[in-house]
Amino acid sequence: MPNIDVNGKSYETDEEGYLVNLGEWNKDVADYIAKTESVNMTEQHWEVVDFLRSYYDEYQIAPAVRVLTKAIGKKLGAEKGNSQYLYELFPYGPAKQACKIAGLPKPTGCV
Amino acid sequence: MSGDTIKKFLFVNRKAPYGTVYALESLEVVLITAAFDQDVSLAFLDDGVYQLKKGQNTKGIEMKNFSLTYRALEGYDIEKLFVEKEAMEARGLTKEDLLVDVTVLDRQAMGQLMDDQDVILSF
Amino acid sequence: MLHIINKSPFVSSTLETCLEVATGGSVLLIEDAVYGAVAGTILEKKVSAAQTKLKLHVLGPDLEARGMSGALIPGVEKIDYAGFVDLVSRHKTCQSWL
Repeated sequence: MPNIDVNGKSYETDEEGYLVNLGEWNKDVADYIAKTESVNMTEQHWEVVDFLRSYYDEYQIAPAVRVLTKAIGKKLGAEKGNSQYLYELFPYGPAKQACKIAGLPKPTGCV
Repeated sequence: MSGDTIKKFLFVNRKAPYGTVYALESLEVVLITAAFDQDVSLAFLDDGVYQLKKGQNTKGIEMKNFSLTYRALEGYDIEKLFVEKEAMEARGLTKEDLLVDVTVLDRQAMGQLMDDQDVILSF
Repeated sequence: MLHIINKSPFVSSTLETCLEVATGGSVLLIEDAVYGAVAGTILEKKVSAAQTKLKLHVLGPDLEARGMSGALIPGVEKIDYAGFVDLVSRHKTCQSWL
């Protein structure tokens, strides 16, 4: 298993870079993963990442992108609940990239 | 997926959660199927009704509490959940014991539901 | 003797057979067998009646995982993992029914 080192601590990831232990996640790890994805974390990015973490807390899954988009629209407003907004923040896919930064597993049904 | 034919899928769940992996496997396939815009229904028969029991807490057995995920199905546009009346009665359960909104069907109606499908996946 | 059952009594006849075969001692319900310890099911009568010759136990963490820690059949004792170990060590023989 590959590892990433952040602030002197080692974190286990899978071969695609997703954190293995959800509970180990913290903002520094998120920042680190974001850098490897060439994502520059802004307040808007954190909003989505925080949303994903609370979604996971509630439902125990990472949502599919369609479900995420709809749920974000409901929670944060229609101007954010659309794929254009989310893909601008996370160019390689909001579900895949944002989930990775949020320390969640890859969304079910995502190949 | 942009196909013109939408098929009716029924997932038949008959196993209790945690003791075997069937319930979790079924749920994962359901979530994947949801991505393909099909007409998905879920049926819970026999011990399968236990999958929807409220108040599951898996801390003690160190497994994932996937019962919470049934509540996410609505967001995936999977809203047709059917539960076998006789199975609930045998187990002393009522609709109020379940963590999602369901339609209760007796065995005969359940059989008709099955007849009405294009694809059935049994777990 | 301690009998350990892990199959749902609604799916398998294991619990029923065990309750009829066992002459005395203890029965412990674990995993999917814990549903047999719950009050209000069609099996309650049969399970309850077996208590004239057997002491029945159920594993708490397995009950809680399944959201079934509400009403148990009167007389059935809920135990934790330490109680499980205790129970095994208190009995000379132990049979895990397959």
